[in-house]
Amino acid sequence: MNRTEKTPLLEVKKLEIGFTQYFKGTQKRTIKPIADLHVDIHEGEIVAVVGASGSGKSLLAHAVLGILPGNAICKGQIMYCGEELTDERKIQLRGKEISFIPQSVNYLDPLMPVGKQVQIGLEKSQAKKKQQELFCQYDLQENTSNLFPYELSGGMLRRVLFATSVREGVRLVIADEPTPGIHPQALSEILKQLKKFADAGAGVMLITHDIMSALEIADRMAVIKDGRTVEISEASAFEGKGEGLQTDYTRRLWRALPQNDFDLEFRAEGGTELCP
Amino acid sequence: MPLIGEGLGFYYQKEQWVFKDINISVEPGEVLGLSGYSGCGKTTLARILAGYMPPLEGRVLLDNNVFRQRKFRPVQLIYQHPEKAVDPKWRMYEILTESYIPSQDILDAFEIREEWMNRWPIELSGGELQRFCIARALNPETKYLIADEMTTMLDAITQAKIWHSLLKICQGRNLGLIVVSHEKSLLHRICDRIYAVGQS
Repeated sequence: MNRTEKTPLLEVKKLEIGFTQYFKGTQKRTIKPIADLHVDIHEGEIVAVVGASGSGKSLLAHAVLGILPGNAICKGQIMYCGEELTDERKIQLRGKEISFIPQSVNYLDPLMPVGKQVQIGLEKSQAKKKQQELFCQYDLQENTSNLFPYELSGGMLRRVLFATSVREGVRLVIADEPTPGIHPQALSEILKQLKKFADAGAGVMLITHDIMSALEIADRMAVIKDGRTVEISEASAFEGKGEGLQTDYTRRLWRALPQNDFDLEFRAEGGTELCP
Repeated sequence: MPLIGEGLGFYYQKEQWVFKDINISVEPGEVLGLSGYSGCGKTTLARILAGYMPPLEGRVLLDNNVFRQRKFRPVQLIYQHPEKAVDPKWRMYEILTESYIPSQDILDAFEIREEWMNRWPIELSGGELQRFCIARALNPETKYLIADEMTTMLDAITQAKIWHSLLKICQGRNLGLIVVSHEKSLLHRICDRIYAVGQS
């Protein structure tokens, strides 16, 4: 696929996000967690966004969806299908063309059975059937749909959240850490669904810490650190000792995986041998 | 004085047992891994071992005594979702110092920054909150720690660093550690023993 010629589905350029805070009563100050972020996603492409915790990955997702808190100031350019994504368009598109899988399981309604929550937004006559299919697909038992969120385990809640995103006509999927706490079979089902979105022509932004899973399906990986994009590499560059990677940070991130060297770096700093 | 669970059983809906007849024990200084399907009862088991819930069958023993109420719990649980384990109306320093004042070494070990202390929980990321949850569980009276999917919210470098620091502290204080995780490669890296829940 030639990426340079086609307009990307989503293009984020020079994104800056700041928050105003009050301190000592009435004095105001601004903190700026995101300084210079850029990422682009084409139709049918899966781009994984990885990086340190607190580097602004979730804020990026929230900025694209227009669900940042009220004290946020957002600068830079977000283009969707070649046109600027204004606040009005965000409201119009989210939940329809742009689908979102939030990071926190707190986003579920605590007072509504989970089956009902998955049915929201589905066509009324088909809703129940479709929801049962989704539950079956993600290895959730039939009787789960009558339970409330507090009665489900962390991994089950993740799968319910994921099921809420599977809709017809979706063109951009933003998945914010959809995989923690899920056992391998359900995990592969979720990855398969993301891949299916992409095969149907949608763009997928997969925000995750789980680099190994992301590599299975992603075309490119964007690495974010301290609110900046430090590197965008082809997924194939993540192998061996990371020779194909451009920056030192990405190489460290890759080598710190438990599958690779894990805490070797910190042991070398004078720590004791911990993991035989 | 190991932490022992004897014949533990639990259900949420009558007669639909999440698990039954679980016998489990951890020695001080030992690292035990818990693996299993999501929904198989790992978190429930962790809550029972930590004394937050009584089991419907069996008992949990520490020092050969059953837990006493209204005392500091020597078994501390670190939850899977840190945003649900902190009071949203407390500032971070209040959350951190609720049971004891952590030393600067502990704060440094988990890279907790001074500037976060005055913030509200909503102003920190999931990974940053989790570091507070770990630090506040390391009260000097803590004998056992249960880490329930503790680092799934963290990137690989931070994950490696935090486990490195935590294992060092556990070794130094001879704490017993139970690690609940789906990630097999992580469990194999850090655990002495792995117990599979829901497989008899």
